[in-house]
Amino acid sequence: MNEAVANVEAVMEKAPTIPQKPPVRTNRETDERLRKIFSAIGAPLISFAIFLFIWSQVASHVKVNFGSIPGPMAVWKQAGVLWDAHWAERQKETEFYQELAKRRADFLAKNPGQTFPDIKYSGPPTYFDQICTSLETVFTGFLIGSLIAVPVGIICGLSRPFFNAVNPFIQIFKPVSPLAWLPIVMIMVSALYNPPHPWFEKAFLSSAITVAMCSLWPTLINTALGVASIDKDYLNVARVLKLGWWKQIWKIILPSALPYIFTGLRLSLGVGWMVLIAAEMLAQNPGLGKFIWDMFQNGSSDTLAQIMVAVFTIGFIGFALDRLMLLLQRLVSYDAKAI
Amino acid sequence: MGFLRLQNVSKGYGASGSRTEVLRDINLAVEKGEFVAIVGFSGAGKTTLISLIAGLIKPDSGMLTLNDLEITEPGPDRGIVFQNYSLLPWLSVFENILLAVESVNPNWSAEKKKQHVEKYIAMVNLTAARDKKPRELSGGMRQRVSVARALAMDPQILLLDEPLSALDALTRATLQDEISRIWLEDKKTIVMITNDPDEGIYLADRIIPLTAGPNATLGPSFQIEIPRPRDRKGINHDPHFKQLRREIIEFLLNSKGQRQTAITKKLILPDIEPDDLAIPRATFGDRTKPVRRREIKRVEADA
Repeated sequence: MNEAVANVEAVMEKAPTIPQKPPVRTNRETDERLRKIFSAIGAPLISFAIFLFIWSQVASHVKVNFGSIPGPMAVWKQAGVLWDAHWAERQKETEFYQELAKRRADFLAKNPGQTFPDIKYSGPPTYFDQICTSLETVFTGFLIGSLIAVPVGIICGLSRPFFNAVNPFIQIFKPVSPLAWLPIVMIMVSALYNPPHPWFEKAFLSSAITVAMCSLWPTLINTALGVASIDKDYLNVARVLKLGWWKQIWKIILPSALPYIFTGLRLSLGVGWMVLIAAEMLAQNPGLGKFIWDMFQNGSSDTLAQIMVAVFTIGFIGFALDRLMLLLQRLVSYDAKAI
Repeated sequence: MGFLRLQNVSKGYGASGSRTEVLRDINLAVEKGEFVAIVGFSGAGKTTLISLIAGLIKPDSGMLTLNDLEITEPGPDRGIVFQNYSLLPWLSVFENILLAVESVNPNWSAEKKKQHVEKYIAMVNLTAARDKKPRELSGGMRQRVSVARALAMDPQILLLDEPLSALDALTRATLQDEISRIWLEDKKTIVMITNDPDEGIYLADRIIPLTAGPNATLGPSFQIEIPRPRDRKGINHDPHFKQLRREIIEFLLNSKGQRQTAITKKLILPDIEPDDLAIPRATFGDRTKPVRRREIKRVEADA
């Protein structure tokens, strides 16, 4: 047998080497490349241009009670306005604190031993502050939801009776809109959350809990599926090695279900981000949802343009969150084929 | 007596109405340090048999004992090499084996565990692939990791469930030699399941055919008196090898109710002359019509 292998190798070595020709790019190959480049970059650019054109046409023709719908240029201008307003506000804040420090020094020089009251700057939140609030809220809600969904999902996947017990609730509560949850959550929060020194705003907590309520389902279902569909061979390995219950979950079941869990988390974060805007609008949590609502109440052409800025912001942040989760999914997953 | 003993073990699947008895009255005694191969058709219940010994499933009747202790559940004293490797894909080669070592020897120091794992990685010649994930390995390498994992648990008996059936012929031969070498070094008791009589005879001390299922049972055991180390090429000309192989295959075929395939019909082959490709194509124009298949006449063989 080994001799045969050796013979094959000898023959392989003796095989004449084919002289390598330098690669010549034919017309056809060039065409192929151009077509690929076009379809990857050109097509989206063209579709975007068409979109902008239709938008500007619609905008200039539709009349509403405060003038006309803002076109792309007006929206772009308002984005600049929001940007400038943010930096102007920051400038004012710095000046305020500089002034405050000066006054404190004066006060303490005149009245040694006394305390100077700590005053916080109370300017309105800028657009970027509101984006940050929204992100904080969505991640808090997502975290709460995941902390519930992953353990419950694992138990669902492990135990058929438990899954059967929980499944009706999953099926009934999964399709419920955040707008239905929010009043209940708000009433519960204001009844139950009354500490003397609150860590969170009530509006923030209500929004976060609503996000959690709506976004935990995909994670729960995916985790249960991932755990239930674990390869029986892996469980046999665990049995032969006599792994304890905890170790079996930690070393075998969780890693094996991780790709499913992360698919669920990715879906959940997407749902959470979508739910958040509605929740913030109603709960008056100072985030993007409240911003849109306030701008709607102002009702001018400029504020409508700012709402459109918000729409694009929400879209881009949602896209970025999805990519972020995909990145995480690829990092933790042993399955390199995750898309 | 026997180190591993199976007494009248039976196992079936399914509800009472549509029940299939897979294994019936299995009796087997394996001595300490012995290498036993069990050879049978696919679907005969070979994996059921090894799962019974591993304790992954319970017999319907009969008893299995290892070292006079009844086998009731799986445990690390019976190292099993699964047919499809069953490596954990999220762990590297080292970590896969470490998981087994940790579960068997939780009190060892980290350094001792590491050395132990590395010893077995070296034993199966995988030191270079120590930190690779299973998906980066070839089938043969994966199976070696699986063997190393089973051996690293230092089991009393090693169970091999068709360990090489998913591999290509060359890798298979290499791994057979490797298993043979490891057995000579380690002198573990091994029960190997295989569907290849040649493999069984080449590796084992004793080979036992499993009849075709359902109701499969073990046939007579054949002692293999070929001295070790065995020579892969020479063994093909060994008269003992040839005789054993013929007897085993005959037994297996008989158990299936199929006697040796005998010719009962004779076909008259069509009188077609193959085209001579050396002749230039232009001269093909005037060839006669080829004989069609339906024109082939069948006559009964004059038995």
